[in-house]
Amino acid sequence: MSAMTAAIHVSKLHKYFGKNEVLKGIDFQVDPGQVVCVVGPSGSGKSTLLRCVNRLEEPTSGQILVEGIDITDPETDLDSVRTRIGMVFQQFNLFPHMTVLQNLCIAQRTVKKRSKAEAIEVARRNLAKVGLSEKEGAFPAHLSGGQQQRVAIARALSMDPDMMLFDEPTSALDPELVGDVLDIMKQLAAEGMTMMVVTHEMGFAREVGDKLVFMDGGVIVEEGDPREVLANPRHERTQAFLSKVL
Amino acid sequence: MRRSTKRYLRQGGLYAVLAAVVIFLAVSVDWGNVHRNFWTPGLGDNWHDLILTGVKNTAIYTVISFALGLALALLLALMKLSDVLVYRWIATVYIELFRGLPALITILFMAFAVPIAFQWHAPGGTAGAGVIGLVMVAGAYMAETLRAGLQAVPKGQTEAARSLGMGPVATHVHVIIPQAFRIIIPPLTNEFVLLIKDTSLLSIVGAAVGQRELTNVSRDFLSSGSTAGTGTSLAQAALLYLIITLPLTRLVAWLEKRQQRAR
Repeated sequence: MSAMTAAIHVSKLHKYFGKNEVLKGIDFQVDPGQVVCVVGPSGSGKSTLLRCVNRLEEPTSGQILVEGIDITDPETDLDSVRTRIGMVFQQFNLFPHMTVLQNLCIAQRTVKKRSKAEAIEVARRNLAKVGLSEKEGAFPAHLSGGQQQRVAIARALSMDPDMMLFDEPTSALDPELVGDVLDIMKQLAAEGMTMMVVTHEMGFAREVGDKLVFMDGGVIVEEGDPREVLANPRHERTQAFLSKVL
Repeated sequence: MRRSTKRYLRQGGLYAVLAAVVIFLAVSVDWGNVHRNFWTPGLGDNWHDLILTGVKNTAIYTVISFALGLALALLLALMKLSDVLVYRWIATVYIELFRGLPALITILFMAFAVPIAFQWHAPGGTAGAGVIGLVMVAGAYMAETLRAGLQAVPKGQTEAARSLGMGPVATHVHVIIPQAFRIIIPPLTNEFVLLIKDTSLLSIVGAAVGQRELTNVSRDFLSSGSTAGTGTSLAQAALLYLIITLPLTRLVAWLEKRQQRAR
């Protein structure tokens, strides 16, 4: 047990979709400032695990603490916890009927009750951070996939979250656009942001990750230092997976 | 026989049938009588004023029924998608009931039976009560359209809004409903055209002279003035309806095409 409160603490997490058990007892932890990469074959439950952390998926049983707050407790104000957890989706999920700037302001205005001027100021700061200041008046449909994903990251950052969840953020992108998004994620990691990243980018995991978690069949098969796990996987299933993707 | 010859003969046959029908009608129909019935001049001095009032009232009744019907439809659609079983149940019963009844029955009920049964005076008298009947029917039809639109908004949109901490109300108001409306603009415009035509049902419930809509006004002229006994006033009303509805149906077609291209 570390002295400081874990950013994310998951214990005995089970999740069923109907009769299909997708998560079979997950225990794991993300410390503040840590970058944890979750890898594994499709259907291993890694995205479901990530989505349980801000309860986009309802856990069947088990406990999830976010900064010490039990989000599986029905009494918890979920919306207020969610403002502290930024989430980035594989399909970006920008609001297509709003401009880039409106995308970044809407939750600041409705949830954080910021004034219009303040919301715009925060939005512009985060747009500059992802290098898209000149696109603030554009609609999402007029942006490339990579630009959309960078806007989505800026939207999440505009809520001043304590941690960020990334659900395969580069999987829907053309190969030449992946680098821009990864660069921003690296910059965030360097600034000390707590991050949980479901990804297939082993290079990113090796370079930026503090911890690598390998999942298969709804369980955590192996976890540890990314360079260590990628170089010398101990478990047979990890070896089999890595031999396919590396 | 060669294939091209066959096709030539078949097309020739079809033209021959058409020509025969046209010739038969031209010879057998008393065209003078038809012309007298549909287009006798001299509807009277007050025709212009009254028919313009009729067009104005048709427009007012359409806009009121559409606006209130849409609000009712949104409520019903949200109820139908609610987590609460009883809400879903009430919405389903309402929608099935008022789509199952002829609109005319609902209008007559609202105009004559309901005010007496509930000791209720509708704003605008019988005509107003009739409009409320139309609102109830329009709401039921548009509710299904709206429900489909709400469900057509990708699930990722809700997830993105909720992950930003937006509650269910803010998510609907700012994210889901605006996108649903974009999706259903073509069918909704279509509902609007149907509603223009359905306001003619209000002609049955009797209204003060200044409250009468297009069909009602033209019906009055069937039995008055020098055109009495002819369908002239009906024919002119029909033309006016077409002048309003045809551009709108073209608009619907254009909107649908544009939306398909956008996908």
